[in-house]
Amino acid sequence: MKQEVEINDTSRRSFLKTAAVATVATAACGSLACSCSSKQAPATEKVKLLSPDGEIVEIDSAYLNHHENMAVLSQHEQRVGIAGKKFIMVVDLALCKNARKCITACQKHHYRPEETEWLTVKLMKDSEKSAPYWFPKQCFHCDNPPCVKVCPVDATFKRQDGLVLIDNDRCIGCKFCMAACPYSTRVFNWDEPDMPFNVQNMAYSAETGVPAKVGTVEKCDFCPDRSREGLLPPCVEACPNGVFYFGDENEDTVTNGSETVSFSQLIKDRAGYRFLEELGTKPRVYYLPPKDRQFPVERGYENLPDNLKARFKDIMEPGKKKA
Amino acid sequence: MELNTYQQEAFDYQRPNIEKFGKKNWFWALFFLLWIMVGGYALYLQIAKGHVVTGMRDNVVWGLFIVNFIFFIGLSYAGAIIAGLLHLFKVSWGKPIIRLAQMMTMISVIVGPIFILLCVGRFDRLHHLFIYPRIQSPLTWDVLAVLTFFVGSAIFLYMSLVKDFAVYRDAKLNIPKWRQKVYKFMAIGYRGAASQKRHLIISQNLLAIIMIPLSIIVSSILSWIFGMTLRPGWHSTIFGPYFVLGALYSGCGVLIVAMWVYRKMYKLENYFTNKHFTNLGYGMMVLAAAYGYFTFSEYFTDWFGSAKWDSEVINKLFSPADYGWWSLFANFVGILVPIIIVAIPKTRKPGWITLAAFFMVIALWVKRYLIIVPTLETPALPMQDTRMEYVKYAATWPEWALTFAGIATFLLFFTLMSKFITVVPVSELEDTSHHPHHEPAAKK
Repeated sequence: MKQEVEINDTSRRSFLKTAAVATVATAACGSLACSCSSKQAPATEKVKLLSPDGEIVEIDSAYLNHHENMAVLSQHEQRVGIAGKKFIMVVDLALCKNARKCITACQKHHYRPEETEWLTVKLMKDSEKSAPYWFPKQCFHCDNPPCVKVCPVDATFKRQDGLVLIDNDRCIGCKFCMAACPYSTRVFNWDEPDMPFNVQNMAYSAETGVPAKVGTVEKCDFCPDRSREGLLPPCVEACPNGVFYFGDENEDTVTNGSETVSFSQLIKDRAGYRFLEELGTKPRVYYLPPKDRQFPVERGYENLPDNLKARFKDIMEPGKKKA
Repeated sequence: MELNTYQQEAFDYQRPNIEKFGKKNWFWALFFLLWIMVGGYALYLQIAKGHVVTGMRDNVVWGLFIVNFIFFIGLSYAGAIIAGLLHLFKVSWGKPIIRLAQMMTMISVIVGPIFILLCVGRFDRLHHLFIYPRIQSPLTWDVLAVLTFFVGSAIFLYMSLVKDFAVYRDAKLNIPKWRQKVYKFMAIGYRGAASQKRHLIISQNLLAIIMIPLSIIVSSILSWIFGMTLRPGWHSTIFGPYFVLGALYSGCGVLIVAMWVYRKMYKLENYFTNKHFTNLGYGMMVLAAAYGYFTFSEYFTDWFGSAKWDSEVINKLFSPADYGWWSLFANFVGILVPIIIVAIPKTRKPGWITLAAFFMVIALWVKRYLIIVPTLETPALPMQDTRMEYVKYAATWPEWALTFAGIATFLLFFTLMSKFITVVPVSELEDTSHHPHHEPAAKK
């Protein structure tokens, strides 16, 4: 929550809203717990709460148990999403230098191994004479998602807050969604995922995709678990250049952690566009063209280890043929 | 069950085939079983270790398995259409081969779906297809379609078998008691009474009328698994009819090959006559031309339009460094050769036609591979992956083992079925020109 300090008023309001929702939810759990914790001394402060039956009750604040994190979300809550939100992302291509901090942060947050990249940085070269540029790409959380349309068991779904998530307890692993996604976003667990023991035994949530399961599909989830805590996704936080602006379309606000701006203004000023708009998938990720770049494209190539360099050799060193 | 002399003759001729299970039959049955066991071991590996044992990866998410699925399920749709048409239009020369077409339908609708199940990462969750069905998904349509088709073709086959079961029941065959009991049960008390005859004919006609459009529908639905995605080479409006034609065409080829094998195996020259080969050959030629026309339209449109993503796939299909040679094989052997063989009177002979059909069937299998894999190897975004197996699909031995196990299952079913029922239907036969006494036996 400390990260929120620098954020301007609009976004603080949204944060407070989230906090309010969280309190009510906690309280709902708390009211069940309050009868058990009667040993505590009563305090004078009274709190108004909504009981599970829909009645407003007044409870002494000392009876409430405070929980650091949200209780495990129900299946229904995971599928409906965070009320009032419409998550959106803007990626500033002028700022990316392929530092790959977003990738490692994402992998760490989801306990994914090095070779599994939910978020990946491509080197794009649109035509023969055009200049190459770094192109970070996560799930676009399309508003007309081709993956959701083809899932035969409703394991991947579209939420009210705009997110497209996967329930890997339900996924049968037919991979139809992977064939249908035009952006190669989805990743399959071809063998038993390698995870720490304590992670393997965590309660599964579609909002985190953890723990991963063999024979199921997974992908970038925009980290709604972080949003519920009022935090930004790890990729946004980790980026040293503030490439990613994450926010809420309803509030028309996006932030990259250090500056918070109007989404519509940003798109207007910087000629934001969506990748492969012609496919009609209506992505929720916008790109700002790499104009007035902060770094030469080589900066993202020179210091890479050889195995990563090999990915981009065709474009960066067109003269040399692959071994 | 009363049979006329011609039918009686046909039955007596085939009687040993269903009475005895000879050494040769044992040999082939065990040979096929061996292959199936190797496939079983591959399946065990796939389940124990995950799909990592296959060549499929995040870009090419489907491989040999779905190719086999399209191939086998196509055969079954073709069999139903051919049997339905021959039955409905009362084609008298077609009577002896209806059974064969229906057998092909039944067997491949059992073998085909096994392969789509092999594409699924979680066997333990297959029931999710029924408890959480999402009706929007073409895969759900396909589950419904294949199940409907399975039931339909089983009843269609059975209805045409009832009379024959009655024949087997009454024939005092030299077989174990349990088999006699099975025949008796399966004949459901058919005695050839006028009302029984009428009911049977009505149900057969109805089933034939249902099975033909059903085959077209389910074949199209199969194509929509690919056609409904946004990928180049798949996202095509002609994919439905293209798959229907491809199914019919390859099914026609397999039918010719099956006819030839049974003719050799059981010496059925009097029933699978040269005329059958010529007629099915003509059918094959027409279908080849139609399939060629569709293939040409598909490639020509993409090539001429030359949109970036489409061109990438077309270039892969026609560049010798990628799939050029395979494309040449698929389109030359799969389309041109059968036309030429049937068109020239000199080669319009059972042997030649069968040879052409055999290679055409293989070419059509390759064609399905060329529909699936190059498209999956061409995502919209550059792959930029250093893991070669993620960039280029190469089938692994478990995939091949399971493929051959599938073919072995297909052939094993044919072997066993021909020991349980007569390959040439007895009670449906008509005394036409191919009466053994009227036509000299085909050259051996």
